[in-house]
Amino acid sequence: MFLTLGTDLTGIDAPASDFGFLLHKNPARPQLIEVTGGSAHVFYPEATDERCTAAVLLEIDPIGLVRSGRGKAAEGFTLGEYVNDRPYAASSLLAVALAKLFRTAMNGRCDARPELAARAIPLEIHVPALPCWGGSDLAERLFAPLGWTVDARPVPLDPQIPAWGDSRYVDLRLTGVLRLADALNHLYVMLPVLDDAKHYWVGSDEVDKLVRAGEGWLGAHPEKELISRRYLAHRRYLADAALERLAEVDGVELADESSDEGSVSLAVERRGVVAGVLRELGARRVADIGCGEGALVGELLKDPMIGELIATDVSARALIGAKRRLHYDDLPDRQRDRLRFLQSSVTYSDERLAGLDAVVLMEVIEHVDPPRLPALAHSVFRAAHPAAIVITTPNSEYNALFPSLPAGNYRHPDHRFEWTRPEFETWSHEVATRYNYSVEFRPVGPPDPALGPPTQLALFRREDAR
Amino acid sequence: MKIDVPALSLVVLVGASGSGKSTFARQHFLATEVISSDFCRGLVSDDENDQAATKDAFEVLNFIAGKRLAAGRLTVIDATNVQPDARKELVNLAREYDVLPVAIVLDPPERVCIERTEQRADRQFGAKVITRQRSQLKRGLRSLKREGFRTVHVLNSVDEIDAVSIERTRLFNDLKDRTGPFDIIGDVHGCRPELEQLLTDLGYTITRDATGRPIDAVHQDRRAVFVGDLVDRGPDTPGVLRLVMGMVANGNAYCVPGNHEDKLLRALRGKNVKISHGLETTLEQLALEPQEFRDEVETFIDGLISHYVFDGGKLVVSHAGLVERMHGRASGRVRSFCLYGETTGETDEFGLPVRYPWANDYRGRAMVVYGHTPTPEPEWINNTICLDTGCVFGGSLTALRYPERELVSVKAAEEYYAPAKPLHVATAPSREPDVLELTDVTGRRVIETATHGRLSVRAEQAGAALEVMSRFAIDPRFLLYLPPTMSPVATSPEPGLLEHPRQAFETYRAQGVTELVCEEKHMGSRAVVLLTRDDDVAEKRFGVAGRGAIHTRTGRSFFDADLTDELLLRLRRVASDAGIFEELDTSWLLFDAELLPWSAKAEDLLRNQYAAVGAAARTSLPAATAALRSAVDAGLDMGELLASMERRTTNAAKFTEAYRRYCWPTDGLDGVRLAPFQVLASEGATYQDRPHAWHLDVADRMVAKGPELITQTRRLFVDADNWDAGIAWWEELTGAGGEGQGEGEGKGEGEGMVVKPAANLTRTGKGLAQPGLKVRGREYLRLIYGPDYTDPANFTRLRDRNLGHKRSLALREYALGLESLDRAARGEPLWRIHECVFAVLALESEPVDPRL
Repeated sequence: MFLTLGTDLTGIDAPASDFGFLLHKNPARPQLIEVTGGSAHVFYPEATDERCTAAVLLEIDPIGLVRSGRGKAAEGFTLGEYVNDRPYAASSLLAVALAKLFRTAMNGRCDARPELAARAIPLEIHVPALPCWGGSDLAERLFAPLGWTVDARPVPLDPQIPAWGDSRYVDLRLTGVLRLADALNHLYVMLPVLDDAKHYWVGSDEVDKLVRAGEGWLGAHPEKELISRRYLAHRRYLADAALERLAEVDGVELADESSDEGSVSLAVERRGVVAGVLRELGARRVADIGCGEGALVGELLKDPMIGELIATDVSARALIGAKRRLHYDDLPDRQRDRLRFLQSSVTYSDERLAGLDAVVLMEVIEHVDPPRLPALAHSVFRAAHPAAIVITTPNSEYNALFPSLPAGNYRHPDHRFEWTRPEFETWSHEVATRYNYSVEFRPVGPPDPALGPPTQLALFRREDAR
Repeated sequence: MKIDVPALSLVVLVGASGSGKSTFARQHFLATEVISSDFCRGLVSDDENDQAATKDAFEVLNFIAGKRLAAGRLTVIDATNVQPDARKELVNLAREYDVLPVAIVLDPPERVCIERTEQRADRQFGAKVITRQRSQLKRGLRSLKREGFRTVHVLNSVDEIDAVSIERTRLFNDLKDRTGPFDIIGDVHGCRPELEQLLTDLGYTITRDATGRPIDAVHQDRRAVFVGDLVDRGPDTPGVLRLVMGMVANGNAYCVPGNHEDKLLRALRGKNVKISHGLETTLEQLALEPQEFRDEVETFIDGLISHYVFDGGKLVVSHAGLVERMHGRASGRVRSFCLYGETTGETDEFGLPVRYPWANDYRGRAMVVYGHTPTPEPEWINNTICLDTGCVFGGSLTALRYPERELVSVKAAEEYYAPAKPLHVATAPSREPDVLELTDVTGRRVIETATHGRLSVRAEQAGAALEVMSRFAIDPRFLLYLPPTMSPVATSPEPGLLEHPRQAFETYRAQGVTELVCEEKHMGSRAVVLLTRDDDVAEKRFGVAGRGAIHTRTGRSFFDADLTDELLLRLRRVASDAGIFEELDTSWLLFDAELLPWSAKAEDLLRNQYAAVGAAARTSLPAATAALRSAVDAGLDMGELLASMERRTTNAAKFTEAYRRYCWPTDGLDGVRLAPFQVLASEGATYQDRPHAWHLDVADRMVAKGPELITQTRRLFVDADNWDAGIAWWEELTGAGGEGQGEGEGKGEGEGMVVKPAANLTRTGKGLAQPGLKVRGREYLRLIYGPDYTDPANFTRLRDRNLGHKRSLALREYALGLESLDRAARGEPLWRIHECVFAVLALESEPVDPRL
């Protein structure tokens, strides 16, 4: 919520206070404007011929922020939206305020001192509480390529509880010789990128604006992928709200659902193998249980052999996502008739799934707590009782070969377990015997001679259906 | 002429147009019981005589009739029904719903039909149609029974039709007016000595004939009910039959047939049956009896009714169990289910048919008691129980006392017959009890609660709960209860305070509740603890291995399996030492508690949310303050902003102080403490009617026995005369005593308190009273409303908070919680408990201001 921009205009034949012209703000007159979520003050703690520093102080009104424009939906908010760091940290809100305060300067215009606006000047920027996901190192990686000397010091989370270590904030000082307009644009883009928070209050149109501000320098930036990914990710559906509230009731947070499995090619290969197994089985009526965002569903729809496809997930939000992804509502009637989306759960019996040719649980079982696996087995093998069942799950032996995965970690934060090949095979044989199925195993992905394939697949067939 | 019509049947009127069917139906049945084809024609085409609409009309007719029959309502079809095809469809409908089809044929002379038709202005067709209908009718008349009608009544003249009176007869299986108490006895299979012993143990006096053979047994107020399979395999089938036949004849017992009786009957009648499975023994034994006795046996078995519905529909007895849709129904299919049960078509490794586990899917309210499948131990599955404990195979003979639900059994003297598979092998495939179905929880649901009437859960709420329950909650067999949300007090009018005890006292007083208890609100996480007395209880009582559970408000486990078991063991010792299991005479105990510190569960939240706010504030506010001070020193007019920044710096420091109180280091279980405050349930009992003094006394006893683990809940009892003491105590707890902006820390550091009716569950003139109102401390509320909530500008806006929704939610969740406890304590089926638990979670997904 606070930052300063200063200069001494060393080596330039102008008094430092000319900085005021560049910013279009009079050092003698503090200014106050209303911005999203609060009010922004611009004032000069110092403005002499030797040194001129402008300060931007954004006063956030957290109560007003939640109430504004939300109507009665405001009741549905989570506590995190009332008590948070927005009033203190330099977030996307501050970036938006900067854009509003210094619109002209950001465009590089200065009718009073055009030559000063066009040239690089020595600048010093101080952001005392900058949320910086990725640590001070990331601040360095983002600003240094743009010509800044970066001094980012981590802020301890709580000096009285040293065990908690550093917070996600850094006390950031940038020094460099740059055009003021460039400096402002850098801040405008980088503040929200470093913040990387849930953008509760930033609409999609704001995102477009941010991308525009990167013109001219973002394209050449070595971290441009990270910068753009952070914009586009983390935009959550509103349907999350109920889930977040329930998590909050317990005092826990919802884990971010991103996978550490490395390349996308494994996921593609997995879908291909599963689709191949279904073709080999000649399955016409199929359910994809735990369909998630519907990647496999999209693959299976291409197969004309499959006449009826049921996609289920326990998450209503995932189903909405899958429908959107597959343009379900725009499909021709005949296509849509083949596909049904159902909210269901593997720990409850669901008679709507009874009697199919094949049921797929692709990367599902590892999201179920081990004590609940018997309930899963019952609901799939006994209640649904399909002719064939395809289950895939990570092979934990292979984890050693993922460079980015620290030893002992799971590939996904929501995984409750990851099995070695013998572990998966033992479980599969037990279940197969209990429910009178046969089972065989197949590799998915290029196998390592010692550690096996990255993903393991079990194909169960009902004994009487063979 | 009197016509008997079973109380639940499909009455099909048969007769040509003008034969007087509609008039007849009107005279003898309720208007809503009669569905006429003309009426249905009108429904679909606006013209009762539009023959083009006939097909659609009959689809509607069948649909309505099906709905009525499914609901168990007598239904009369008013259509000509002169064609065999039309009747066949109706007979099939009756079969589908297992009700008796009855045909009443109205066949007055042709001229009567023609005259009546001609008198009606809306009937265009002529005599020819009627002639044709009557001839069709005549042709089919003789085959009506063969078509499947149980009874056929033919009325040939106007006089005969006018003279009819309809008598509704109760079905033979309907013994709803017999309320018991009963002793339901499992499969006897000729084990007369064990039966005599069991009857004696149950308090029956046995009557014997001159030769000493038992011929009756009498209890002064109980009746016996036999689940069938009296015969075969055992040492004295004739003796068992003689005794049971005597009891039934004298009104001392009821008996339903088993598959062995069915087969014996066919053998006695000389039908070709395979003499096996112990039938050979019976036939040998009966051969030694006089023909007269064999005839009596034949008559007795022939007269047995497939199943009985007793006690207002609360108890159903049948040999092989019975699915709910067949209770009180009569059809060949029902009889077959009762005798043989349902099989999957598969056979197990012993060559025996695999039985379909219908009880797993059973969701009915009636208790179903049956035999048929030998099991080592009778087990309740969804309010059903199998009493066949394999007496003849050397097991035991078991009786269930109803309504007490007590089991009484007698060990077999010997193994009389070798079983096809060993008795100790559980039924194959091994039992999977308590299987929950998606339909037990999803969609719009209405739950009847004992304390707060019918409560509904919307489908979207259930959807959100499904995800949380499936992904994060513990095994539902351990999840007997979720605590309700609690409402804060009404907003205080006092300056600088959002909440104050006075409003709690006033609210209760306005409802006539004056005896109150103030309980300290602990600074931890709400925890529900399911404790077992020893290590085999969980498996036996709940069907899950383990020692119990410690879970959060949404059903997550607090700790991993090892830590949970360790903590449960420690708690078990404390509860045992405090004599609580003994006092409550129970093997398990469910209680409500607070688990401390908050950081044990919520460290991530504390760090990422609260501490982060503190860190950001600590870094940015001083920088901003310094810049403002320079600006003021330089002569700029920014004094007001500077003062505000200084105030916010103080607020942020207080905020940091507030969350720090919730953090102390824990390592595994070291540092973890539990503060129990309410006993929820134990075997057969719930405790919402015991005063809080009792609950807190139980908690204190635990504190005394385990002070290193158990924290006391401090409390103060107040009544209408000493509110001031309550207020003073709250001020002391929360440090709200010294008022004023920016003054130093108060003495108390507590979160606040909860005010509850001292008597616990309290009903007022307007329904349930809130079980508690929370009064949170001023500093604690910084964590909820933000560091600067005390600033006057914020305060004014925050006062305007809407509590109505929260309160209504709190009561609904409270009632659902009590309902689940009652159901759990009564040992009801898992799905009945789970639907309440699930509903609480579903309601919690309601969008309510999270700060309340």
